[in-house]
Amino acid sequence: MSGTYLGMPAFPEAAREAVANTTLRGNLRHATHTIRAKRAKAVAEVSDWAGLREAGKQIKDHTLRHLDRYLVQLEESVTAAGGVVHWAADADEANEIVVRLVKTTGESEVVKVKSMATQEIGLNEALQAEGIHAYETDLAELIVQLGKDRPSHILVPAIHRNRGEIRDIFAREMSEWGRPAPEGLTDSPAELAEAARLHLREKFLRAKVGISGANFMVADTGTLVVVESEGNGRMCLTLPETLISVVGIEKVVPTWQDLEVFLQTLPRSSTAERMNPYTSTWTGTTDQDGPSAFHLVLLDNGRTDTLADEVGRQALRCIRCSACLNVCPVYERAGGHAYGSVYPGPIGAILSPQLRGTGSEIDASLPYASSLCGACYEVCPVAIDIPEVLVHLRERVVQGGEVTRAGNKVVLRPAKGHAAERAAMRAARWAFSHAGALRAGQRAASRTRRFHPRTLPGPGRAWSGTRDLPPVPAEPFRDWWQRTHGGKGGAK
Amino acid sequence: MNSRERILGRVRRALADAPADEAPIARDYLREHGRRTVAETVELLAENLADYRALVHRADTGGLAGLIAGLLEKRGSASVLVPPGLDEEWLAATGVKRVADRAESTPAELDRVDSVVTACAVAIAETGTLVLDGSPDQGRRRITLVPDHHICVVRVPDQVVSSVPQGLERLDPARPLTWISGPSATSDIELDRVEGVHGPRTLEVVLVSQGRIEST
Repeated sequence: MSGTYLGMPAFPEAAREAVANTTLRGNLRHATHTIRAKRAKAVAEVSDWAGLREAGKQIKDHTLRHLDRYLVQLEESVTAAGGVVHWAADADEANEIVVRLVKTTGESEVVKVKSMATQEIGLNEALQAEGIHAYETDLAELIVQLGKDRPSHILVPAIHRNRGEIRDIFAREMSEWGRPAPEGLTDSPAELAEAARLHLREKFLRAKVGISGANFMVADTGTLVVVESEGNGRMCLTLPETLISVVGIEKVVPTWQDLEVFLQTLPRSSTAERMNPYTSTWTGTTDQDGPSAFHLVLLDNGRTDTLADEVGRQALRCIRCSACLNVCPVYERAGGHAYGSVYPGPIGAILSPQLRGTGSEIDASLPYASSLCGACYEVCPVAIDIPEVLVHLRERVVQGGEVTRAGNKVVLRPAKGHAAERAAMRAARWAFSHAGALRAGQRAASRTRRFHPRTLPGPGRAWSGTRDLPPVPAEPFRDWWQRTHGGKGGAK
Repeated sequence: MNSRERILGRVRRALADAPADEAPIARDYLREHGRRTVAETVELLAENLADYRALVHRADTGGLAGLIAGLLEKRGSASVLVPPGLDEEWLAATGVKRVADRAESTPAELDRVDSVVTACAVAIAETGTLVLDGSPDQGRRRITLVPDHHICVVRVPDQVVSSVPQGLERLDPARPLTWISGPSATSDIELDRVEGVHGPRTLEVVLVSQGRIEST
């Protein structure tokens, strides 16, 4: 994934810093609580939510089970409709393809629809390195780009910014990139939206190349779907002469009919709307309407590795609604940046370590960035059991084992940081399988219990600093059982 | 080996141990939510359109031209974009300058037009959604995007369906579709909805009834 995140500290360190930032916490609390209540209302409006959720899960599972077949079918449909399909095994290859396609047009700037896939591969940086300037046109992406910041939420990448901060960024930075912010810009959201409209309009009107992702790709018709609110997506999808869409291979669905599920569950889960303001669908190219050249770049970049994990593969069902972020108590306090990935929150905690592997410190720490409360699973519109995958990934981090990386099976060594935990578990296993030793140990513990410390020494202090150590009883349970015959023979 | 073969090969290896799935997908969800008469469905469409800040008007076939003329006048529009197949009767009562959408019209030219009048393909009541499919009475996607004022005419009850599943059934995926639910909006500032970003900031919907709507 993007180089932007290389060298990120592990989640606990990053989170500690974020939690100390009271402005950030205030912003996140306000935004997540606003959307939480609204989502619940939008979902309650449809009586068949459970049926839609189950159907969404099954459609995605079925597609993943036959992913090779549906990808080939999609390629045929898109090609027949006048599009060109490219395949990219990793981020570098996808970036090379896009850079080459843009260079072929002779253009040095592109307009972009918000896209997680292009964030993931670091496309903007790759284009910049070749002298091509990419303008983000989604309001929140614009705020992030102008603020030289990193996204912190899947749906609203600038969720960590409040209106006052946004006003300051616009007033300070817009002139660097094009039309300056209006004089006397206030922090009213309507005025901020107007400023973005004016700033970006000249870029839309002159753009020759648009770059997008897609929410869905329909295999049997070759149709791509982009769901949005502002109209920047429509601008990028229809005004340029060339459209390049970079889409993860897991975004395919088999049939046109399947959209009837996701076009109901996605808007209600993500912006808590019955329907988002704009949805665009296009199939290849249309004569005289929209781009005359359409390129689809199908991106793997760790997705097939994720598919190879029988527990973890359910993460590929994700439709990027971000409902799990909005309900997560950990996300609400730590914010998106602490996750060190374009995919923050609960879904990020299971997706990033699978797409990137658990080799880096941040990725190995992500499966622990959760209290396992399960709220994320409750709200997930495709029923991804995020806690189950988190526990599975924790096990992998601690124990190591066989995984697939870049298509090859490799055996991971247990992570170093968990040596004490592993030693403790090994000792426990030995003790529990040696009855005599266990008995002797328990008796010794009971006899010395008056001398036990109230807090643990050394590294254990962090644990006992917020918890009471369990008191050791005067007599081990087994001894009591034998002495009293299970309590029947005159217990004291 | 090229990347296409590499990716397909990785997929097949990844699925080698996956159990077969033979069961058909359980579609235990509703084709529409609740039971309504035709008139109630149209009423729901109007409510949901208005809930997302579209301005809803009603007319019968005879009053349509007068209503559209009034809307353009009230807006103060000096020019109106006209898709090639728009019913000429609809603009019969207005003197506002008509601008035809030509293949060579640039986005900047479209940006100088004040309003656009189109028909639609389908309207979905439960979500308050209008779908345009690029037919001659709706025109190219760009003409309903760049001007800041969009008047969309919905023939009721014929073009109205209850739900998203019913809407998809009526639509042709081969055509470029634009689903519109209220004017352009954003939730990007503190996750609260604000109307009016890049698409038309004013969306007016005219529900034009053809004959009497059955009330039972």
